[in-house]
Amino acid sequence: MTDSTHRPDHGSNEPQVRFENVQKTYDGEVLVVKDLNLAIEKGEFLTLLGPSGSGKTTTLMMLAGFESTTHGDIVLNGRSLRLVPPHKRDIGMVFQNYALFPHMTVYENLEFPLQCHKVEKSSREKKIADALAMVELTGFERRRPAQLSGGQQQRVALARALVFEPQIVLMDEPLGALDKKLREQMQIEMKHIHQNVGLTFVYVTHDQSEALTMSDRIAVFDDGVIQQLDAPEELYERPKNAFVAQFIGENNRLKGRITELTEGLCLVELPSGHTIRALPVNVTEVGQETTLSLRPEVVVVGATENDGCDDVFTAVVQEQIYMGDHTRVRMEVFGHDDFVVKVPRGAGLGGLEPGQEIGIGWRSGDCRALDAA
Amino acid sequence: MVATTGSHDVMRTADGVPLRIKLRRAERMRKVWAIALVAPLFVFLVVGFILPIISLLSLSVEDPDLTSGFPRTAELFQEWDGEGFPPPEAMTTFAEELSIADRGQFGRAAKRLNYDISGFKSMVKKTARKSEELALLPPDQIHDGFIKIDKDWSDPAYWYAIKNASDYYTDYYLLWSLDLQRDKEREIVSVSPDRAIYVDVLLRTIEISFAVTLLCFLLGLPIAYLLATLPTRISNLLLILVLLPFWTSLLVRTTSWLVLLQNEGLINDMALWMGLWNEPQELIRNRFGVYVAMVHILLPFMVLPMYSVMKTINPWHMRAAASLGAPGWKAFLKVYFPQCMPGVAAGTLLVFILSLGYYITPALVGGPGDQMTSYWIVQNMGRTANWGLGAALSVVLLLLTIVMFFIYNRFVGVDRLKVN
Repeated sequence: MTDSTHRPDHGSNEPQVRFENVQKTYDGEVLVVKDLNLAIEKGEFLTLLGPSGSGKTTTLMMLAGFESTTHGDIVLNGRSLRLVPPHKRDIGMVFQNYALFPHMTVYENLEFPLQCHKVEKSSREKKIADALAMVELTGFERRRPAQLSGGQQQRVALARALVFEPQIVLMDEPLGALDKKLREQMQIEMKHIHQNVGLTFVYVTHDQSEALTMSDRIAVFDDGVIQQLDAPEELYERPKNAFVAQFIGENNRLKGRITELTEGLCLVELPSGHTIRALPVNVTEVGQETTLSLRPEVVVVGATENDGCDDVFTAVVQEQIYMGDHTRVRMEVFGHDDFVVKVPRGAGLGGLEPGQEIGIGWRSGDCRALDAA
Repeated sequence: MVATTGSHDVMRTADGVPLRIKLRRAERMRKVWAIALVAPLFVFLVVGFILPIISLLSLSVEDPDLTSGFPRTAELFQEWDGEGFPPPEAMTTFAEELSIADRGQFGRAAKRLNYDISGFKSMVKKTARKSEELALLPPDQIHDGFIKIDKDWSDPAYWYAIKNASDYYTDYYLLWSLDLQRDKEREIVSVSPDRAIYVDVLLRTIEISFAVTLLCFLLGLPIAYLLATLPTRISNLLLILVLLPFWTSLLVRTTSWLVLLQNEGLINDMALWMGLWNEPQELIRNRFGVYVAMVHILLPFMVLPMYSVMKTINPWHMRAAASLGAPGWKAFLKVYFPQCMPGVAAGTLLVFILSLGYYITPALVGGPGDQMTSYWIVQNMGRTANWGLGAALSVVLLLLTIVMFFIYNRFVGVDRLKVN
């Protein structure tokens, strides 16, 4: 689960942070985090992604030191953090509500961590100017947080967490309060800032597109357990279980039973009687229940046997939803009427009518046989 | 620029009425309602509060005792330059008016003259008994006539005292309330030390108010912090503990302290039994008792504003400060406490101003050396019926309050009172 294909850190074997068998409970009855083992590499952008209540924020808070671990240990640079209070961990943090100090100007907000870390007065000014330049807020030194827009406050919070050059910067859904357009812009900027400063970023979000955009690696949390930890493209293209497939991106789910299983290929029989060729991911034996996962965009609409598709079926168009750059088409196939495909604009398929029959197909490698859940 | 309205500049509604007028009409009903709702309280305030205060305060600059009962005497003494003795005409008029004054007029004037020189009252009484014959004396013998009744009339100071009381508008009482008076040259000088008490009282009032405010702040800050940060279930209980005494009558609480702190009281008995001290300690009728009772009574006024402000402070700020490297004490001092300032400002101002005017509590649990300005206002208004001095002391207390308010505004800023 913790193996990684992407290691931004070059050479060193010891990860910067290690969660060792960490468990956390608030009430002594329910485990919010179950036996967490996680290694964070120096300089990477790691995102903890999951639905609310999945334990991702708790994990972050344990690393920051605001929550204790019920069991297990967190190790930073080979040193246990068990007895280290938050202010001595050298970990910067950006909070969901920014938590800027309203009685201080932007300059004073940034000066505060420098004061706390006993940075000499003479070098403070330059560090603050650099940090503000990085978030493109030069000239805002004398403003107070209340005089800034949400996006600007967010940038100040980021600058404040970076200005004292901590070892790690934690972010707890920092873009949650911004509107969509600004959020997308900030995602790109944050990625650039991360590349420029070279610090370790640990980012918590429930927004999968945000995670895909920015991260080097993503840890998908559900039910207190990391379901998969991988680079974004791995995660999206090769989800290891039904939860990940369904949580990240859109997904057509088809339940069925394995009838044949070989290395790299299995046959799945659907309740409707159709048999589909699929890539076995976490199925182990013939007769097992499975969930097939098909991304809407891998489905070729209007497919014939000669299109390079391994499987071709006939579907009935139910409904079209125009989305601008593409059209979503809902179809009935295999006895389900919620099979969704995406047709890009310019694919020459503008004239689909409800009730029309059309061939759909895909490569068997794009159809993944996952656990039954 | 305005294409739709064509020839005229004023914006109009569809039926041609200017927009501004239409708006005013539409809002008029609402305005009338607002005024009607406020009116009863406004009238009550003016009649029951503002007018009485103004009329009472105006007493401090009025000196009606002589001018109302002896109007012509007052007029003539005003014209006299105060050198030597007044002209015989003024003396004759004084004698005439003495003979016709009724008891009330006479009593008030005699009491007023006695403020300046004690013993003057009986002297005037003695003179009044023979005033009818006195008034008939020719001008060249009138002064001798006065001296024949009482030889003190040969002292110009007595005649000057009459002149001193014959101005209707006077700074006499205001000066008195600051232990000052005017001498014969109309210069402001201090009164003799045996009469000077009010400056001391005023300083004591400020000192007690400062001490009470400081104590309330030191005791109230942790309570307010706990109220704002503990889980709701516990903090509600705590809040009731703060509010319960707040809702109890001030008199009840003060007298309870009387019971607790007296020599045979609960606290002395307990301490003796536990062996903390060997004989009953004076816990009451001194400054200690005043502080205990006043702090207890005023504490909620400090706690509640601080609590209401602390409640609005984002609890994440403390965590943010910690993540930026600040240890707990530093996070509290630099991040949390500055944000409490509106509450601290409101609380201290409230407690200080309430303390300045405290009367019942010091009167009941304090000794003679712990009485504050308001005690002397009551004394003068009530027992000695010296309304002018009572009103003057009130003016001084009011001015002190206003001055304190401005000093406070200067250093703390009243705009901090606004809870964001």
